[in-house]
Amino acid sequence: MGLLSGKATCNTHGQDSSYFLGWQEYEKNPYDEVQNPTGIIQMGLAENQLSFDLLESWLDRNPDAAGFKRDGQSIFRELALFQDYHGLPAFKKALVEFMSEIRGNKVTFDTSKIVLTAGATSANETLMFCLAEPGEAFLLPTPYYPGFDRDLKWRTGVEIVPIQCTSLNGFQITETAIEEAYQLAQKRHLKVKGVLVTNPSNPLGTTMSRNELNLLVNIITEKNIHLISDEIYSGTVFSSPGFVSIMEILKDRNCENTQVWNRVHIVYSLSKDLGLPGFRVGAIYSNDDMVVAAATKMSSFGLVSSQTQYLLSALLSDKKFTQNYISENKKRLKQRHRKLVSGLEKAGISCLKSNAGLFCWVDMRHLLRSNTFEAEMELWKKIVYDVKLNISPGSSCHCTEPGWFRVCFANMSEDTLKLSMQRLKAFVDSITTTLHNQSNHQSIKNSRRRSLTKWVFRLSFDDRVTGER
Amino acid sequence: MAFALSNQEQLLSKIAAGNGHGEDSPYFDGWKAFESDPYHPTKNPNGVIQMGLAENLLCHELVEDWLMNNPKASICSAEGLNEFKGIANFQDYHGLPEFRNAVAKFMGKVRGNRVTFDPDRIVMSGGATGAHETVAFCLADPGDAFLVPTPYYPGFDRDLRWRTGVQLVPVVCDSSNDFKVTMEALEAAYEKAQESNIRIKGVLITNPSNPLGTFLDRETLKDIVSFINEKNIHLVCDEIYAATVFTKESSFVSIAEIIDQDIACNRNLIHIVYSLSKDMGFPGFRVGIIYSYNDQVVSCARKMSSFGLVSSQTQHLIATMLSDDQFVEKFIAESAKRIAERHKAFTWGLSQVGIGCLKSNAGLFLWMDLHHLLKEQTYEAEMALWQVIINEVKLNVSPGSSFHCPNPGWFRVCFANMDDRTMEIALSRITSFMLKNVEAKVPNKKKLCWQRSLRLSMSSRRMDDFMASPCMSPQSPLVQART
Repeated sequence: MGLLSGKATCNTHGQDSSYFLGWQEYEKNPYDEVQNPTGIIQMGLAENQLSFDLLESWLDRNPDAAGFKRDGQSIFRELALFQDYHGLPAFKKALVEFMSEIRGNKVTFDTSKIVLTAGATSANETLMFCLAEPGEAFLLPTPYYPGFDRDLKWRTGVEIVPIQCTSLNGFQITETAIEEAYQLAQKRHLKVKGVLVTNPSNPLGTTMSRNELNLLVNIITEKNIHLISDEIYSGTVFSSPGFVSIMEILKDRNCENTQVWNRVHIVYSLSKDLGLPGFRVGAIYSNDDMVVAAATKMSSFGLVSSQTQYLLSALLSDKKFTQNYISENKKRLKQRHRKLVSGLEKAGISCLKSNAGLFCWVDMRHLLRSNTFEAEMELWKKIVYDVKLNISPGSSCHCTEPGWFRVCFANMSEDTLKLSMQRLKAFVDSITTTLHNQSNHQSIKNSRRRSLTKWVFRLSFDDRVTGER
Repeated sequence: MAFALSNQEQLLSKIAAGNGHGEDSPYFDGWKAFESDPYHPTKNPNGVIQMGLAENLLCHELVEDWLMNNPKASICSAEGLNEFKGIANFQDYHGLPEFRNAVAKFMGKVRGNRVTFDPDRIVMSGGATGAHETVAFCLADPGDAFLVPTPYYPGFDRDLRWRTGVQLVPVVCDSSNDFKVTMEALEAAYEKAQESNIRIKGVLITNPSNPLGTFLDRETLKDIVSFINEKNIHLVCDEIYAATVFTKESSFVSIAEIIDQDIACNRNLIHIVYSLSKDMGFPGFRVGIIYSYNDQVVSCARKMSSFGLVSSQTQHLIATMLSDDQFVEKFIAESAKRIAERHKAFTWGLSQVGIGCLKSNAGLFLWMDLHHLLKEQTYEAEMALWQVIINEVKLNVSPGSSFHCPNPGWFRVCFANMDDRTMEIALSRITSFMLKNVEAKVPNKKKLCWQRSLRLSMSSRRMDDFMASPCMSPQSPLVQART
């Protein structure tokens, strides 16, 4: 008899994936401007470090929230004892209002439908426990966040079936792709319980179009399944087309009080928008009372610290602060995004046009020795070990096309970003020189021409009316 | 409509739609009664007093004083603000090194520094609730089982079983020997499980015990270790009440001490669950700890801790607080003292009206024996008595059946979650209830030594029975054994 469980001895935790190996390499040799200027620059971590000063100055002006006090009176005891899984009412109110503000107040949220969890990691796992049996499946569009393999599958026994999206249409979800995913599930004898999308997308950095959202509503209505919309990056949308939440679509289609209304659930967190991943603040929002009830009980396994709930309820209740934060944060993200894109351009590298997120989806297909994942891994290792940049290979995100990489831009200083782009340019120059000297230099010219053509195509595409990207 | 409803239910998993969350248990009914009519000294003086919540409120002002004098502990204060960014960004599931160091040191101090803990074996979890579920996920597959001595904390039914599919097999410990865990009982439960083709993966003990308030002696612990070694199964020790031990004579022995001294034991089988919720009175901060002597379990549990990490803001606070040796030592000593005082006052108050409790030396509660007040020795009678206690005496206490107690009539009463005044009121309510019932049912003023002993009757018919039974005097061996 095995001493440990099957879960303990398998590797569904996903940490043998390259996504995490890059982190390990980084940890062995981390870049530091002063202490280790030749170390590896971390570009694989989707963190938002651009707006801490805004938070710090708020804290400076609001000592009560910091010191377990309300109106000068100590509320330490109250907070230390507060373990009600319904959450601090003031915090939930502030949170749903913040979520609403991010959506331009086009939708409002009800505090009785929100469940607090220890980060979005816990929220996603909890929803799986609530909506699916072991062996059942959720459809996810590729490429997707590598952590989903652990969060959705590991302890729940739920399966993921990919909806293959490709660069032919900017990785948008199509009806054909969904149908194919269904057929794949059938072949694997898996019952599909729902679809899970991340909007804005990780790793693409794009917001979902109205067409895609409407398509999803049609599908889940027809197939009688759930839709989970992980909107963790909703506050990072920095340019047009703006963010359209699934709730807005449902509202536009007058879906309130219909059955499909009850099958749409949102996951949120403050880790990306506010840059507070350490505080473990996640949330499930569901229109279905039974889901809310079950998820609330399950949240016992990962409640949000009352100390943190109190601090954030004060922060998010300050509307002046939140309004300013949301707009300033967007401005800084946009600026930083532009710097990365132009830096990449100088190195002859293009990326998917994006308007959100803390990263770019970068196209390095022209740098591959061959159109294979082996070649992608080869390139990635060179970038990690030689160029000393930790970026995430597309294969770790289950992308079907080799050569794409996710590169983060909001977790470092501007100078570090500049340095990373210099290193990259130097690398690209060196390999194109090398490749130029080899017998397949003609095909490289062709691929550069191809990528240049794509670039031009993308630029002209942008001029069109945005409704489709 | 009916079709739509069942259609709707099908859209949820069995786990979500079922009642494995355990909240239909009577343990929670009392809470509901309390919530609808909660006691408040000025706003609702006739409300229900909460004595069903094992919380420790006795030393909070010590912590408040410390906080006032240590503003750096908060990353949001002027003094600590320079650390805000680094902490707010820190989501490494290894936890802040200073947090792990401080917790390891604290755990050692709580055990009188008789044993030390390795910070690298400290894994965070969403409270002890999250810790137990994670340990179950690591050690057992769906259908496997853990042996648990009765009576046990009702939350285990949810924490160990609900989402994991793991089972709990009770090891029957009853009032005939003060609920002590015996090797016979352990063997019997194991054999029975084998016969039913249930695969036992381990034994779960809570030491000090909830709800008993007692702790295991060294010999029993060693016997249990031999048992699990022989069967090659795990031992999970929930030591969440370790710092609530308040007697000096008998010193608490942690499983860590046994392991330290016993070279023969396979350390890969030993795991400790801990939390700051009881010892420090911080349930809201969700600081749960898994401490395993098995490297693989540490590694797996750590990955799983992603589902319930401790807020870095809280980690920082705890790290700073528990690194203050002077404060910690003062806190541990003072807390034990206050628990002892409260325990003494309450047991004495109960004994004055002839109510006995299991002799205990730890915990935030008493295991109260009211079986002599039952109409009959059944759980229905226990429930009936409990309804009376909630609705008439206006106290929320927890019925023994919710703890899977094999003998009806026992109740867990918490005493550390209120101030002195409220405790006095609770005792006076018990007293006046007992006296009222005696007066009303004894019209012919038979001479009763009611100052020392009382007869209680739920009905006049019952009173006749009672008049025939022996007087519960302090000299009676029945009372002596329990106080």
